[in-house]
Amino acid sequence: MERVPLEGKVLSENDRIAASLRARFAEHNVLVLNFVSSPGSGKTSLLERTLESFDRSERVAVLTGDIQTENDAKRLARSGFPVKQITTGGTCHLDARMIERALLNWRLEDIDLLLIENVGNLVCPSSFDLGEAAKLVVLSVTEGEDKPLKYPSIFFKSELLILNKIDLLPYVPFDIATAEENSRSVHRNMEIVRVSCQTREGITEWLAWLEHKRNSSRLAASAS
Amino acid sequence: MHEMGIANSVLDAVRTETRRFPGGHIYKVGIRIGALAGVNPDAMSFCFEALVHGTELEPLALEIEFCPRRHQCRACGQSFTAAAEDSVCSACGMTGSHFLGGDELELAYLEVENGARAAGR
Repeated sequence: MERVPLEGKVLSENDRIAASLRARFAEHNVLVLNFVSSPGSGKTSLLERTLESFDRSERVAVLTGDIQTENDAKRLARSGFPVKQITTGGTCHLDARMIERALLNWRLEDIDLLLIENVGNLVCPSSFDLGEAAKLVVLSVTEGEDKPLKYPSIFFKSELLILNKIDLLPYVPFDIATAEENSRSVHRNMEIVRVSCQTREGITEWLAWLEHKRNSSRLAASAS
Repeated sequence: MHEMGIANSVLDAVRTETRRFPGGHIYKVGIRIGALAGVNPDAMSFCFEALVHGTELEPLALEIEFCPRRHQCRACGQSFTAAAEDSVCSACGMTGSHFLGGDELELAYLEVENGARAAGR
């Protein structure tokens, strides 16, 4: 028996496609954000609040992933911005090839900001690079403050934590300081915003984060 | 259950490698899974066995090396296994360290019997 060393990532095919997407996004100056959360944390509501804040002249598009149904795309399409549903038919995450296919009929030169809503799942999406500039993780206060410790991978890989449904804080035993502390024990430099998509509290702070991200991305693009 | 897709990617890699060893058989593939990879080793082994069963790849075993989160102390340079960002250094007891590894999802090795290496590799 001979032992032969092997090199390479297990998901090298996904990584190859993600790298080619990332290069295309850079070429056309598209900022791509990948939203991950468990089901029902409010990713779609957050995107609704986000889209309604934009002027119609903004060049924004959305890809939204679900195992079944076009419900989220229908909700988000009311904003008037281009929205496409990716139904994975059972797969619990989006992968780079699904993004590549979904973008086939869209011209990247017409898009400045692409928001990707992943399938609701805190585990699987963390393994699949979609060519995004950043992953953002949404956690709602009805879920328990130890989620960052139970699912460290996605919290480790996300740039921003969006704590959603803060309007429900008086009714649930959720210690928001502990949740933030847990999240920073997995990822020290995690940025955090607290929002309620119902009362719109904190939405201004979230939009400010997004605007800052878009500006730094534009600066980086013009410098290169 | 993304472990099924990931196990399938490991098998794709094994099938590709098979061409390098004409007349040989690959008995084992080793992979590294980090604590932060978001992949469950037990689920991974289960999926791997299910996928290999009844194929030309049998017998083929999977060996998983689980890699904990590792940090390096900024004060004394010691590498240590860290439970979290703020874990204290196992050597000097200081906090303040940087991330070394623990998010691996990598191929590590193959074990091959009677494999004449294909030319050119």
